[in-house]
Amino acid sequence: MIEVSSLTVRFAGVTPLDDVSVVFPGGTCGLIGPNGAGKTTFFNVLSGFVKPAKGAIRGFGDDLLAMADFRRARWGLRRTFQTEQAIEKLSVFDNVAMIHEHSSSKRATRRADVIGAIDFVGLDVSPKAKVGGLGAGERRLVELARAVVGNPRVVLLDEPAAGLPQAETDHMGAVIQKIPEQFGALVVLVDHDMGLVSACCETTAVLDFGRLIASGPTADVLRDEHVIRAYLGTEEDV
Amino acid sequence: MSAIPRVERGTIVRAIVILGLLALALWGIPHIAGADWITTATSVAIYSVAALGFGILYGRVGMISLGQVALLTIGCWIGTRLAYATSLPFPLLLLAAGGITCGIGVLVGLPALRLSGLYLALITLMFAGATTIVLSVHDFPNDGGGFWGRSATGALTTSTPPVRRPSAAVGDVAFYRYTVIVCAVLFLIALLHVAGKPGRAWASIRESEPAALAAGVNITLYKLWAFALASFVTGVAGCLLAAQVGVPRAITFQTQDSLTLAATALIGGIYSLWGAIVAGIFQQGIPFLFQAQWGINPNFLLIIFGAGLLQVLLTAPGGLADQFPKDMARLGRAFYNLVASRVREQAAAEKKAP
Repeated sequence: MIEVSSLTVRFAGVTPLDDVSVVFPGGTCGLIGPNGAGKTTFFNVLSGFVKPAKGAIRGFGDDLLAMADFRRARWGLRRTFQTEQAIEKLSVFDNVAMIHEHSSSKRATRRADVIGAIDFVGLDVSPKAKVGGLGAGERRLVELARAVVGNPRVVLLDEPAAGLPQAETDHMGAVIQKIPEQFGALVVLVDHDMGLVSACCETTAVLDFGRLIASGPTADVLRDEHVIRAYLGTEEDV
Repeated sequence: MSAIPRVERGTIVRAIVILGLLALALWGIPHIAGADWITTATSVAIYSVAALGFGILYGRVGMISLGQVALLTIGCWIGTRLAYATSLPFPLLLLAAGGITCGIGVLVGLPALRLSGLYLALITLMFAGATTIVLSVHDFPNDGGGFWGRSATGALTTSTPPVRRPSAAVGDVAFYRYTVIVCAVLFLIALLHVAGKPGRAWASIRESEPAALAAGVNITLYKLWAFALASFVTGVAGCLLAAQVGVPRAITFQTQDSLTLAATALIGGIYSLWGAIVAGIFQQGIPFLFQAQWGINPNFLLIIFGAGLLQVLLTAPGGLADQFPKDMARLGRAFYNLVASRVREQAAAEKKAP
């Protein structure tokens, strides 16, 4: 469970997150909102790239903001990026193994864990293949394998299916749904593809202009008047 | 999907090739090369290690340091002074020079935690410039005693005893072999780093610092680690250089050498450890060929290195170490196809003829 209370982030003159309090209970949780709503900023606060002006984030009871940024991975925080960030010069195996190396997992199980993660995401390439030579969909899956290896507790996925064809998006969705059960991790999924979000997420939170405008079971949230208005705008009398 | 076998065939083949080349360097070259070429080959080995340091920093972590020859100079200076001031056995001299240079290198690397690209290049180049100035002002090595070795009377005299060599390797050929072995060990240390946890962390930093952080990489630690390793190997190489030249002089080390080292390392290939050896050959072997063998002004080399660098950056970003095997394979295929088509033509002609 992630509990966020009164989280506020200010950049000069802009408030990308404004007093956001939300709970991600477990399983796969959606986080949606129009462009510029503050979704990626929220991930960046969790990763430690952005220091919030105020507020607290507790993950399974631990104060995440008090941890040094690079130690959060060892705690069990994983993330993928909007623009995929698998390491081109390394093989698929090494890409995943390097996450395992910096996690709390034992060295003795590294081989099995890494191969297990590569199999889990359904990546059908040789583990020895260099990532630089893979296609976009395969690289996204490498990044996903990196996100689930080595005792993850919270997995943040930032538009993991952006730019992928429908078949690959469906495969990605099926894999994401299995993460909580397989690894016992909480998944937070940011995406603009409402089909993917409704397929994967039991609960969803919605941000608009840095404020939380709705949260709850996904089906209810997607029907919420405020949410529809945030995405589609309002009809005004002229 | 099957698990990867622990030792792959490629690794074994590579190990055999490396051992073969090492054997050639240790026993082959001393047989065919004259005394002057042996001295040059020793310098090639030493400068390969300096290029290796540059390659680790730029090729692996993406930090451009133009101060590597300055660190070589510092290693040489420390080796020289420690040799005069103490009676340490030579291997300990190497370790001490490597260790102290490592400390200085980490200090030089501190700006890299905040700066990158052109700014880091400028800062490290200025460090190289400052080193050159300090050593000329200090009149390196100057004939005095003790660690600083500064005597009030000043100038270097012909009576200055050369820096001692290991007792088992006093002669030029023996010292050449000693140098090759030490450099091979330094390359092995680098290889173990690059193929291990640090190498993967460095690759991650090079790709993207935010992604590396999110992966749990302590960026400060691993960046400084890269500087420490690069400076250590360069410091050891500097100490070897001190013993090779005997009486090192400040004039031998110019700031611009840092630039030619960077250029030759790029030509050789910074993503490959072989590239460092190619860089050593370019930095030391080719100038010798030009000057001593062909009587051409070695300053022409700057033009050739410039053209070579341009060619590499435009057509072969992996450097010669990457491109040469590919070209050779292509040449081999072309030759094979040529022969095969000739054979087929001949066979066809024979069939036609009654």
